[in-house]
Amino acid sequence: MTLDTNALLIILTGALIAISCGFLGVFLLLRKMSMTGDAISHAVLPGIVIGFFVSGSQRSLEVIIGAGLLGILSTLMIDALRKKAKVQLDASIGITFTLLFAIGIILINLFAYKVDLDQECVLYGEIAYLPIDLWITPSGLNLGPRITWLAGLNFFLVTGFIYLLFKELSLTSFDEHFSSAIGIPAKGINLALMSMVSYTTVSSFESVGAILVVALLVVPPSTAYLWTKSLIPLLRLTAALGILIAILGYYLAYWIDSSIAGMMVAVAGAFFFGSALIKGNWPLGLRGTSKPSPAFDS
Amino acid sequence: MEDFLYFFTFQDPSITWVVLGITLLGIGSAYVGTFSFLDKKALLGDAISHAVLPGICLGFVLAGEKDPRYIVTGAFLSGALATFLSSWLKQNTKLSEDSIIASILSVFFGIGIVALTAIQKSGNPEVAGLNSFIFGNAIGIAEADLFLYGGLSLAILLVLSLFLKEFRLMVFDPGFGKAIGFPMKGIRFVFNVLLILAVVIGIQAIGVVLMAALLITPGAAARFWTDRLQPLLLLAAFFSILSGILGTYISFVLPQMPTGPWVVVFLSLIALLSFIFSPKSGVIRRFLARRSYLNKTHRDHLMKALFKAKEANREVLSLEEIHALYPFHKKEIAHSLQVLTKQGLVLQDSQGVRLSPQGTSDAMRIVRLHRLWEVYLNESMNIAPDHVHESAEQMEHLLTPELEALLEQRLNYPTLDPHQETIPRESHDA
Repeated sequence: MTLDTNALLIILTGALIAISCGFLGVFLLLRKMSMTGDAISHAVLPGIVIGFFVSGSQRSLEVIIGAGLLGILSTLMIDALRKKAKVQLDASIGITFTLLFAIGIILINLFAYKVDLDQECVLYGEIAYLPIDLWITPSGLNLGPRITWLAGLNFFLVTGFIYLLFKELSLTSFDEHFSSAIGIPAKGINLALMSMVSYTTVSSFESVGAILVVALLVVPPSTAYLWTKSLIPLLRLTAALGILIAILGYYLAYWIDSSIAGMMVAVAGAFFFGSALIKGNWPLGLRGTSKPSPAFDS
Repeated sequence: MEDFLYFFTFQDPSITWVVLGITLLGIGSAYVGTFSFLDKKALLGDAISHAVLPGICLGFVLAGEKDPRYIVTGAFLSGALATFLSSWLKQNTKLSEDSIIASILSVFFGIGIVALTAIQKSGNPEVAGLNSFIFGNAIGIAEADLFLYGGLSLAILLVLSLFLKEFRLMVFDPGFGKAIGFPMKGIRFVFNVLLILAVVIGIQAIGVVLMAALLITPGAAARFWTDRLQPLLLLAAFFSILSGILGTYISFVLPQMPTGPWVVVFLSLIALLSFIFSPKSGVIRRFLARRSYLNKTHRDHLMKALFKAKEANREVLSLEEIHALYPFHKKEIAHSLQVLTKQGLVLQDSQGVRLSPQGTSDAMRIVRLHRLWEVYLNESMNIAPDHVHESAEQMEHLLTPELEALLEQRLNYPTLDPHQETIPRESHDA
């Protein structure tokens, strides 16, 4: 394979992951649940480790199921802390994800002799090794990089999920009470969205790492939100940003010889801060035209 | 057991150092974290702890080795930049606070990863220690570094204790503080500096990702035991020290175990136990309080029904009639009757249930409160007579004798409620 094919594959995979994450992130943003997305991406760690331990492989269905279950568990735990124990939302999120993440690291150390899974790889995987990791059928047919297929499947599922449940998702995001009143199971939709976030986290953690998934979940939608407030343009802009981030991130990382996933996030951050500078209330003298929103209200 | 004794008698000076270090770090971050928890900015600490990574890398590049002074300075500067950016974004864009925090956190962390990878590929042999910032390494803190971190921690404690009043104002009522002439912006600035410092020294022991727990969890757990600020701070510090020592002990006994995650697990355990068992506002306590209130309302309703029957000149209600009044509540009725009989408020015989003299008086009071409240709503609040019943259904269980006397006085001892029913009083009947 020439460098160009590799570059194309890496950019394609990066863009697919960025778009899947971005689409889900738009709905998280509209629900003011960005930090919940962050919490989920940390909290899936024990699920990944247990799935890995049970099946002995990073690529198994057990890993995805384990992570999905942990993702849902963390959503439920945040909800229970908030509603049953009356802990404020930000603290519920903080307590939940740190506890689950700590358990994950402890499990990694516990199974260290059996499991070839180190903490760094879970946290910030490496997309650059993608062209070596090929999916070869038992008959010896080379189908190309495995992770690209995974990212494609994930992209397909996420877009399918949003396409099929578009009305329900947007209604529950904008007006939960109205949507419950007309018979949409708001809680069920919410759990479905959280499961998709967990699944996307797992399917991406090998290539971009669990923490950088958060960046792709949050930063492109936030950037797009600075430019538009309508849902469809928001989704389009997020997708466009995802592709741009993948291309620029790859070439910049290649140029300074560093982590591609990290560079994708850095590029996303540059777009974010640039947009904030342009669209923020600028100059400072005009401040006060928009009200600062109260902290984590809901 | 031998391990236990060896560890807790502190014979080994290195154990003493580690425990001392983790105690100082724990107190510092528990104090600062409790304030930011009360300020409802708990996750800002999480953002800062991710955001210091680029600064750590920068400090490392500038010093060329793992010099704690450079690293602390670098970490502090990038934490400060992140704090400044988040408050700038909050004031100048329409983004909500949680997306701002999540964006800052992930972007800074991403940049940090880029820098870390670039440094690792540069082949500097000193680089191995840098990873310990991500996951923390309490055991690995050198004694020399401990003086720097311990000193900073003490400084944090000192500033927080000296300016307790100012920080209390910032958390509970910044508007009032501004009105009586305190420089609230300056106070918040100092607090942010302390928060960043606490994070910078805390991640040595516990790592970037889990730092949030050291800040948030002790305060959240302690909040369940007290409402006052000083006991809250002391309790948070105590929880933090306790889990710090337990975590260190685990990684001493099982050397392959990392310290930080165990500290977090113990902290969370304390927090979860507090949430469940706290006698003030724990889950069990609130469940019991709710159940006893529901039982009381049900008993009140039953006595009211008996009293109303009495008003209609029927002394005795049969069990079937009571069941018909409250369908689907067979179990509750049986329970209420049992309790009421035991208290001597109702009498049961073969004909059915009747009120005892004491029960009549108690039931009369409930009906009186109900009707008084209806009169009050109707006359003083101008609410239509057909809208007052629902509210009275709730208030009849809550009004105290003092409020009752006040209502009677205000309404000038009315005789009829808005539905033209008599308001029963002792002198009347007896």
